[in-house]
Amino acid sequence: MNKLRLTRWLVSLPPTLFLLLFFAAPSLLMIVTSFRYPGEFGGLAPLSALETMTGEGDSGLYGLTLETYHFFFSDILYAEIFLKSFAVATLTTLICLIMAYPVAMLIAKSEKKYRNLMILLVVLPFASNFLIRIYAWMIILGPESAFSHFVNNILQMLGFEPVMLLFSPFAVIVGMVYVHLPFMILPLYTNLEKHDPVLLDAAQDLGANRWQRFWLITWPQSLPGVFSGAALVFIPVLGMFAVPDILGGTGDILIGNLIKDQFLGTRDWPFGSTLSIMLMLTVLCVAGLSMLLARPRTSR
Amino acid sequence: MKRSNLTLWLAASLVYIFLYIPLIIVVVYSFNDSRLNAEWVGFTLDWYYKLFQNEEMLLAARNSLIIAVSASLLATTLGTMAGLAIHRFRLKFLPVLAFTPVAMPEILLGVSLLLFFLQVLNLTLGMFSIIIAHATFCIGFVAIIVRARLQGMDESIFEAARDLGATPWQTFRLITLPLILPAVVAGALMSFTLSIDDFVITFFTKGVGEPILPIQIYTMIKIAVTPEVNAISTLLMLLTLVLIILANRLDAGMLQGDKKS
Repeated sequence: MNKLRLTRWLVSLPPTLFLLLFFAAPSLLMIVTSFRYPGEFGGLAPLSALETMTGEGDSGLYGLTLETYHFFFSDILYAEIFLKSFAVATLTTLICLIMAYPVAMLIAKSEKKYRNLMILLVVLPFASNFLIRIYAWMIILGPESAFSHFVNNILQMLGFEPVMLLFSPFAVIVGMVYVHLPFMILPLYTNLEKHDPVLLDAAQDLGANRWQRFWLITWPQSLPGVFSGAALVFIPVLGMFAVPDILGGTGDILIGNLIKDQFLGTRDWPFGSTLSIMLMLTVLCVAGLSMLLARPRTSR
Repeated sequence: MKRSNLTLWLAASLVYIFLYIPLIIVVVYSFNDSRLNAEWVGFTLDWYYKLFQNEEMLLAARNSLIIAVSASLLATTLGTMAGLAIHRFRLKFLPVLAFTPVAMPEILLGVSLLLFFLQVLNLTLGMFSIIIAHATFCIGFVAIIVRARLQGMDESIFEAARDLGATPWQTFRLITLPLILPAVVAGALMSFTLSIDDFVITFFTKGVGEPILPIQIYTMIKIAVTPEVNAISTLLMLLTLVLIILANRLDAGMLQGDKKS
């Protein structure tokens, strides 16, 4: 028995220590940092020297402050960027759902021997480099591309002004959908695959048409898959900075870009940490909600 | 019934086309004899030739390979341990530690590690910090794969080994490790792919000195797009394709193993 305890420690201690040091400690540090003052030249103001530096009574306990949080909630700009990120994440999730459903359904309906190949075909593009997948859309949506010419010709025929596809909110959404689509297809397929076809047959015998069979049988049964896929798309989109950074224009800033700027641009670490914590809290809410919704319903 | 299947086929095919067109375009333009990614001019291997003459790019590729190999070795060792421990000892805390970095937005891990490296460890950012950062999020992936493999196995073989007097180490070396090996290798390949492709976390934990592949690509995309990007992209796609096929082979082997038991 003693030996078992020893093994237990030997096996679980190294990964636990590593993750405590490089995941838990940095996360806690980020929380602490969000309550500190920014340094004069970026980074952080030293903890001890601060009292003497400011010489004021309200510099807070041990050089800690709620200033960054106050700043966050006092400027409507940040609420707007959070809302915009929410809107982009919602739209991306919806488009992913609409695109993923037929693919997941087709794979689930196909013969078993083809399924693995069809799934592999979904995963393959997703395994190629993230930046390259975004970059590919720079080519497609670029001002000289065939697609841009095509769209603008149609617009001209309809009497509209030509548009710039790249560096626009449209490009951001396309990029977001492209990068995250497999996250929706896979959980949806895992769910649809488990459905019992007998239910559909029964509904058909009772006179339900195609549309009714889908909305009354397949769709409600697939909701757990829909919600877990939605979380897998929504959460990373919320924190994404690379897609708006590369495909978006100067106005298409999301939470991720804001955080990136605080750390690598203006070097305001406390405010960057505050923004990160706000993002984390949002993510936790979304994840909790989706887990609640994705839970298979037992009561009938 | 027939008509509904046709609609489904059509819709799904369109999505598959959407998935592949962008990548095909990148590959095709990597052979295009024009500086602009606009129309097909003629076939050339110039961009590959230029790429292999680009010293900084080669150095970046070398650095990224070193990082990916080190990070995946570290993550595979610790991740396998985590997977075993989580499965065997029903721990509460370790799963949270291992799986949260996988689930949260990458930017949060990148930012918190940046703060930690600079504030607490007083580290000069570079290859070492990137390796640590990559290992941190890869551990969870390896643990998930290893644990899934263990869950599909019959517990009685481990009990039999113990009853026959095998020490825990002997049980691990002779029974557990051979059985979970496909999962361990698949986890290592996955970590390697994740590490060499990772942009966000690398972006925050990189230093200023050494060129790293994703950062080089980012700079090329942001500042001056030349078809060299297409060439390096095509080569990277090829590398990932080989790794995926390899991992998939192992995975298929794993599934067959499950059916036998």
